[in-house]
Amino acid sequence: MALVSGAKSPLYAQRRRRNGIAMALAYAATAFGLTWLVLILAVLLWNGFSGLSLRVFTEMTPPPGAAGGLLNPILGSIVMTGIAVIIGTPLGILAGTYMAEYGRYDKLSAVVRFINDILLSAPSIVIGLFIYEIMVAQMGHFSAWAGAIALAVIVVPVVVRTTEDMLILVPDTLREAAASIGLPRALMIQKVAYRAARAGMITGVLLAVARISGETAPLLFTALNNQFWSTNMNAPMASLPVVIFQFALSPYKDWQELAWTGALIITLSVLTLSIVARALASQSKSQ
Amino acid sequence: MTMANFTVPTVTSTVTSADGLTEKISVRNLDFFYGDHRALKTINVALYHGKVTAFIGPSGCGKSTLLRVLNRMYDLYPNQRATGTVQLDHDNILSPSQDLNLLRAKVGMVFQKPTPFPMTIYENIAFGIRLYEKLPKSELDGRVQHALERAALWNEVKDKLGANGQSLSGGQQQRLCIARTVAVRPEVILFDEPCSALDPISTAKIEELIDELKEDYTIAIVTHNMQQAARVSDFTAFMYLGELVEYGETTKIFTAPNDRRTQDYITGRFG
Repeated sequence: MALVSGAKSPLYAQRRRRNGIAMALAYAATAFGLTWLVLILAVLLWNGFSGLSLRVFTEMTPPPGAAGGLLNPILGSIVMTGIAVIIGTPLGILAGTYMAEYGRYDKLSAVVRFINDILLSAPSIVIGLFIYEIMVAQMGHFSAWAGAIALAVIVVPVVVRTTEDMLILVPDTLREAAASIGLPRALMIQKVAYRAARAGMITGVLLAVARISGETAPLLFTALNNQFWSTNMNAPMASLPVVIFQFALSPYKDWQELAWTGALIITLSVLTLSIVARALASQSKSQ
Repeated sequence: MTMANFTVPTVTSTVTSADGLTEKISVRNLDFFYGDHRALKTINVALYHGKVTAFIGPSGCGKSTLLRVLNRMYDLYPNQRATGTVQLDHDNILSPSQDLNLLRAKVGMVFQKPTPFPMTIYENIAFGIRLYEKLPKSELDGRVQHALERAALWNEVKDKLGANGQSLSGGQQQRLCIARTVAVRPEVILFDEPCSALDPISTAKIEELIDELKEDYTIAIVTHNMQQAARVSDFTAFMYLGELVEYGETTKIFTAPNDRRTQDYITGRFG
């Protein structure tokens, strides 16, 4: 015993030292990253909560100096995000299904995947400019439709990616089992593969919603803004990110406060979505 | 049709002279390729109705590959192809015009790893039945029960048919998969190492089941376990390096094999 520990102790001491240093560095890096996140959230909560009241959800954006709320941008954000998801989700799921199920071994699938990855990382302002060119410039005015479609363009690649990833995780043995009772491929995908991948795919859609609900750039060029209540999809429409952008840059104190409150609302919504997505993902793992 | 119609590499005399056997599947001059790799070399073999045929041999010898030709499971993947003929009754199932879903309804398969669908126990069975028949609820219930009884699972699950199929134990899952296969009313059932992931008690149950099922079906089983092959099968085929070395009645193969390689394998000298 003495011989063994005696022979190994200098080596062990050295390893222990190295381990201590590596662990200290890892903790320090984590603390550094978390500090900023906590600071951001603290400032947001501090400034946002003070302005939070029922009025925020019941009144329109006010002119400078008057009292008001954020009802019209909240509505605008919900409408445009909703339409973007309605357009983007089926497209994304179908494309992802093609790549994972029908075209898994095709060259075309690799090409689509490559292009999709480019789209996934494309700066959203470029997408805004693109929709501006093909819709706003052609129609001659800004509109909520253009805003929703710009957001849909952001949704599609996210959903394509998660759908493909989740379907590829479905084991081939399950596909073979479905084939072995004579299940046609379309039914296999619908009844077996989608079911096995459901939680992951829903998570993907929720992540896409979280992503677009904070997007400002594509809306600046498309839906622009609207100080008043509007449900007309052919007219400009307010949205939380754009209102925050406008109000935060303004010199008026009450506008700035509303911007903080708007930012808090977006953050809390996205946080809720992320938690739901997490819960769904862990639920699917435990099955 | 009897065995006498074709020759296999080394046919033991008992099989050649066997009478009263109906050939359900007959494989002739079958070659199989994964890309350029020739995984099966001129296989000739027959599966008889009401009998269990076991395929044994060391890993990579092609026994699972052969099984996957019989329901054309390989068609799911690119760059895999088979040449030769595989007669199921009177149809060559390798012909491009063969409807794969119909084929697989006739030739069911049970896999190495239990693969229940992500749905309830009831749905796991009813799903396959509904593919082929529109039945009123009561009749469907009866069919589900019958299939689960056939698979000796009914008593264990009758009070929790609504539970997720994936919540069962491994051995129960495998019997659920057998029930699912039986429910579709196939004519042939292929077992691809059905017990290799199971404990001895579950294994014994599955073996009993195979013994009961063979009354009504043509059964092929791939196994790594030679005792299992000896226990459950009527005929045994020994495969080695993509060739079918020897094929004959199980008792003959295990007591007096003709080929040196068969003898070496079953006595544990290699593999």
